[in-house]
Amino acid sequence: MSSKINLTLKIWRQKNHASPGRFETYRAEAMDTDMSFLEMLDVVNERLNQEGKDPIAFDHDCREGICGTCGAVINGQPHGPLKGTTLCQLHMRHFKDGQTLVVEPWRARAFPVIKDLVVDRSSFDRVMAAGGFISVRTGQAPEASAIPVAKPHAESAMDVASCIGCGACVAACPNASAMLFVASKVSHFSLIPQGQIEKTTRVLNMVEQMDKEGFGNCSNEYLCEAACPKEISVAHIARMNREYFHAVKSG
Amino acid sequence: MDQQLDAKIPAGPLKDKWTKHKLHLKLVSPANKRKYTILVVGTGLAGSSASASLAELGYRVKVFCLQDSPRRAHSIAAQGGINAAKNYRNDGDSIERLFYDTIKGGDFRSREANVYRLAEVSNAIIDQCVAQGVPFAREYSGYLDNRSFGGAQVSRTFYCRGQTGQQLLLGAYSALMKEVAKKTVELYPRREMLDLVVINGRASGIVCRNLVDGAIESYSGDAVILATGGYGNAFYLSTNAKASNATAIWRAHKKGAFFANPCFTQIHPTCIPLHGEYQSKLTLMSESLRNDARVWVPQKSRDQRLPSEIPGAERDYFLERKYPTFGNLVPRDLASRALKEECDAGRGVGATGLAVYLDLSEAIERLGLDLIKERYGNLFDMYEKITGVNPYQEPMMIYPAIHYTMGGLWVDYNLMSNLPGLFVLGEANFSDHGANRLGASALMQGLADGYFIIPYTIGDYLAGTTSFSTNTDHPEFQKSEEDISQHTQRLLAVRGKRTVDDFHRQLGRLLWDKCGMTRNEEGLKETLRAIPQIREEFWKNVRVLGSHEEFNQSLEKAGRVADYLEFAELLVADALDRRESCGGHFREEFQTSEGEPLRNDQEFAYVAAWEFKGMAKSPALHKEPLVFEEVQLTQRSYK
Repeated sequence: MSSKINLTLKIWRQKNHASPGRFETYRAEAMDTDMSFLEMLDVVNERLNQEGKDPIAFDHDCREGICGTCGAVINGQPHGPLKGTTLCQLHMRHFKDGQTLVVEPWRARAFPVIKDLVVDRSSFDRVMAAGGFISVRTGQAPEASAIPVAKPHAESAMDVASCIGCGACVAACPNASAMLFVASKVSHFSLIPQGQIEKTTRVLNMVEQMDKEGFGNCSNEYLCEAACPKEISVAHIARMNREYFHAVKSG
Repeated sequence: MDQQLDAKIPAGPLKDKWTKHKLHLKLVSPANKRKYTILVVGTGLAGSSASASLAELGYRVKVFCLQDSPRRAHSIAAQGGINAAKNYRNDGDSIERLFYDTIKGGDFRSREANVYRLAEVSNAIIDQCVAQGVPFAREYSGYLDNRSFGGAQVSRTFYCRGQTGQQLLLGAYSALMKEVAKKTVELYPRREMLDLVVINGRASGIVCRNLVDGAIESYSGDAVILATGGYGNAFYLSTNAKASNATAIWRAHKKGAFFANPCFTQIHPTCIPLHGEYQSKLTLMSESLRNDARVWVPQKSRDQRLPSEIPGAERDYFLERKYPTFGNLVPRDLASRALKEECDAGRGVGATGLAVYLDLSEAIERLGLDLIKERYGNLFDMYEKITGVNPYQEPMMIYPAIHYTMGGLWVDYNLMSNLPGLFVLGEANFSDHGANRLGASALMQGLADGYFIIPYTIGDYLAGTTSFSTNTDHPEFQKSEEDISQHTQRLLAVRGKRTVDDFHRQLGRLLWDKCGMTRNEEGLKETLRAIPQIREEFWKNVRVLGSHEEFNQSLEKAGRVADYLEFAELLVADALDRRESCGGHFREEFQTSEGEPLRNDQEFAYVAAWEFKGMAKSPALHKEPLVFEEVQLTQRSYK
């Protein structure tokens, strides 16, 4: 059953990338516990608008946990306290009346702030362009059932392919490392036969681009796995490291 | 026949049309392809697959999306699957059967030739996606698995858990990014197309707003492809993403592109019910659940007992009762209306009475919890996150919601609008689904258009154009830029009292009540009077803060809602004009004695394509007759 709670929000406000940011405090009163976190922000924004104040900018789109657009750090936790959940699927029933929530954007050199809670994640796209694909042209494909894929491999590939590219792994890491994101793609293709042909160049190029973008190194904190809304395992980072090692040796 | 509406359907037997047509389409030589610039707006399945495929052919492609990355387009949220006529199950499927199911599912309001072609290329889509690494569900043999969807009696749906759209989009996105790396595609994210530029009657470019800094940017091209999705968000609450909008197609319509069958909107039966005024969207529970779930209500109206306390004999499995052959797998339009009927009769459940049960308990008993988790686990998780109720213990509650729009910009067989050089793909066109889309067919159509149709048909247009794209100095670009600036300044200058969302909610509620699951003449006429009043108030009393030279989400929303307030009139006018019931368009005046939609093939077997004549004037109707050579028009029966 739903009930109403009152919250204090300390939200990061930053006009644009060039301006310095600061925390501002807002009261979020009589919020229905059936609301999602983003619906709560909608209501706060409606009230700010009524008061003639600039609404809080935050990225969001599908609001069903799959597009990977939304995300903010709530009391130090990317996407908030609920495991395996994006911010849009986090509901207010998981908070207590009277709680104070500190809300910040992803913080990483490779994710510059655009405004308030909105960051620029185009670095992820550039990492993908470096090798996150199988180079098959439209029309070249053989009959779909020509190459069977063992079910366990297909299932593991699906586990990592479910990465939504939200960037919570980077935000969670003290080094702002993108290893879990990159490993998800490398692992996905290394688990299926179609991905074998380009495996050497793929891992080398994606890792090189990842470094160029200013993401940090992995120091086995496992915080990325804890924050990942799709609960992707750090074991895939180990797989990428093996792929990388083999690639360097054979390349 | 209307001269402006030549659908260019090739002559000859249905099954040879596409093959012969491809042979007759003009080609562009490899050396010339790189001289042509193609602008693609939207990066969902249709836009991404088209961009990648056209770049592979050697064209210069510029691609625009309003999200921060092309990977986030709303195709990503499609859950259940994609159809193809592979017949891997040996259960009697074929291209002909997929064709027939789709045209029947659409209640005989789509073109035979388009639908046949869609079925024909469906198999190649699966091949392409598997080669890209899409991790489709497999059996223990390593071969591809299938499941069933509504409106079909065969298992032809390929799927990746409950995330098929995500995986297909990531496949198309990866194909796109490989071309970005080769510099054959230039990527423009966080851009919103605000105008189509037409020079000498040809689509010659677009004008966008850069959503980061507000800059108005012009781009010229030899052809423009719109793959910007549907207009379901006109209803405010829908299963669409928040940013999904009709602005690109509406503004192209105002520049001369005809809008076809806007009243064909799809209401999906299985969505999580509404729970509060603040609600910002509705969430779909995949149709695939109807493979194993049974839909029911208590026989007694206003039964307050818990579902577990209601014995089987006191439950009404109304879909199985009404449609014994297809049971819980009837098409979406029929299922939605059946649900509404039960709730209107007071048999609905939950706090609002606007819900029915979607019950998997028997399937869990029969198949075991593990198998059910493997098939639907992520859907169950999502349901629990949103409602706080564990669906493994209690049946889910569902209610219909706006999900997809079959109407869209009119296109010919080559997917070109009536404006030369303007092509429209995916949900943004009106093409293949008639008056009702079958489940798992949207993904099929988006990828068919992008991978296997536009790469052939666009060359035919380009080969006939002599000059390569004009630059953006042309006065038409300047005029568009000025118009956009003025429109923006007007929005910011109102400084009224109501928020954009407040107006959007008002419009949405009106459309849902009067032009939703059922419609009638009186309600539609009333709505046609009400919309201009809301629009007028919007322009007097909306409050949009901030400036246009910055990241301004209120301003973005305001522009989209201003367009919905214009577009909604066309949607309702089309619904009023179509005096028959077909598929998702159910006019209460036209129904059989059993409450099924009653078509009027004598008078309404046509595509209604509307021409914009100015805001103060009524739109002009152009009719494209639907000619059926292969199929017999029958009363659709799923009983």
